[in-house]
Amino acid sequence: MPTIDLETARRVAKLARIRVPEADLPQLADELSGIISFMEQLNEVNVDGIEPMTSVTPMRLKRRADVVTDGDMQDKILSNAPDAREGFFAVPKVVE
Amino acid sequence: MKLNALNIADARDALRKRDVTSVELTQACLTAIDQADTLNAFAHKTPEVAMDRARAADQRIQAGDAPGLCGIPLGIKDLFCTEGVPSQAASNILKGFKPEYESTVSAKLRDAGSVMLGKLNMDEFAMGSSNETACYGDVVNPWKVDDRRLTPGGSSGGSAAAVAADLCLGATGTDTGGSIRQPAAFTGIVGIKPTYGRCSRWGIIAFASSLDQAGPMTRTVRDAAIMLGAMSGHDPKDSTSADIPVPDFEAALTGDIKGRKIGIPREYRMDGMPAEIEKLWADGTAMLKDAGAEIVDISLPHTKYALPTYYVIAPAEASSNLARYDGVRYGHRAKLDAGDGITEMYEKTRAEGFGPEVQRRVMIGTYVLSAGFYDAYYNRARKVRALIKHDFDEVFAAGVDAILTPATPSSAFGLGEMADADPVAMYLNDVFTVTVNLAGLPGIALPTGLDSAGLPLGLQLIGRPWGEADLLNTAYVLETAAGFVSKPDKWW
Repeated sequence: MPTIDLETARRVAKLARIRVPEADLPQLADELSGIISFMEQLNEVNVDGIEPMTSVTPMRLKRRADVVTDGDMQDKILSNAPDAREGFFAVPKVVE
Repeated sequence: MKLNALNIADARDALRKRDVTSVELTQACLTAIDQADTLNAFAHKTPEVAMDRARAADQRIQAGDAPGLCGIPLGIKDLFCTEGVPSQAASNILKGFKPEYESTVSAKLRDAGSVMLGKLNMDEFAMGSSNETACYGDVVNPWKVDDRRLTPGGSSGGSAAAVAADLCLGATGTDTGGSIRQPAAFTGIVGIKPTYGRCSRWGIIAFASSLDQAGPMTRTVRDAAIMLGAMSGHDPKDSTSADIPVPDFEAALTGDIKGRKIGIPREYRMDGMPAEIEKLWADGTAMLKDAGAEIVDISLPHTKYALPTYYVIAPAEASSNLARYDGVRYGHRAKLDAGDGITEMYEKTRAEGFGPEVQRRVMIGTYVLSAGFYDAYYNRARKVRALIKHDFDEVFAAGVDAILTPATPSSAFGLGEMADADPVAMYLNDVFTVTVNLAGLPGIALPTGLDSAGLPLGLQLIGRPWGEADLLNTAYVLETAAGFVSKPDKWW
């Protein structure tokens, strides 16, 4: 049975960009291990030569001309931002 | 009868005959909503929007321009973006978010003249089967048989409770693994998840894009047909929405299913299935047979792999879809300490904004998509998904028109009763519904009986791709035969 150790749990949280306090990592690792081992049943299935499913009924994706169809609404786009200044989204300093 | 307790079809006919106005219907619903705060079904009430739309609808009806839903008061699940009205998927991470646009489905309902009463509570980001993960608090099922408060199911728990408690005439739901059908079954109402691609997903806050579909939740099959017609149709803004005609679903309700083949899948007879569910299923089968359908035993051999497949694919897609909540463009941003950079901003914002179940699923999704595990979990699950769909293809190719199954493994359970169970135990709620999402098929849940405690139980019918009209007609026959008329006693 696969288990997710503390190091893996820490790495997954980091990849997901979710801060998890050190003290909570053991419980997280346990929960994730439980779910992952539930998924192990899939190893019983023979999937040789099977293509992953792509759509419900065979359908061609629609195409359209590659032209601008929308835009010119900077105010609307920024209206929900936690911090917007001078027409831009503002974030903490990224580059020193 | 109270106006808020009318069915959509009856209200429509009364509006057209000028026996009632939309303003009167809407006021009745708004009053009922204000008296039902205990149920916590409505997360954001929009009485001003509702009264404006009701007055406009009355004018339209006066002018003789009245589509089926004109003047009908509806509730909208919080997952739908609604212009200028809070839309936060029951998550703190979208606190304060007021979209500048309207989702295609809610826009279609608005343009048909329907009246939005408010936004309905739900599980956070539609992740849950008991409506206990919402930032707004739990929704309470209007059905009550003892001291316990029961779950309405999830994730569309607010929609289900609101329809069952007569707070609105119908509501929108969304269904990724059973989120329309399971709460419909727990509250004694009708809910249909249409074929993937029937309703546009544009403007619906994404959970798992290859599985998500919107659908109506109503008190009757006819109402579901009326509402689904208004919600369906091609949308250039959703590349997966199907460009095929939308039939007149209501006209398909002929009540004639003579000669139709109904499949009973043996794999859905789970170990330890409660006798009451077995009986419900057998009774439903007998009703369809009496109506002239031919009953056949069928096999869907990969059924047992549907839940693990779902719990790889849905979190994988969720981890990708929810990457956008980073504190930059909308919603919550964490307060930062001196020296915090952008990574700390992301990590603190997401830790504060997402609840535990959402965090868990995002991390599971991150894990199954991470280097070294992608093939072992994600690609394998996508292949098993193809096999699950193939099972259905074979059955339909053999001439089966619809498949009858239970909707849920039990009736509604008490809020908090699953708190100490492991997450997988909660996932088992979706065991009968999740196959339908994986295969992209239409599925409808409808109430056909009560358990010994007096709580509603539902059956599910699964149809062919794009066969909603036929499916609704079969459901209509079952609804008529079952004659389910029970309503929860008003205790709230």
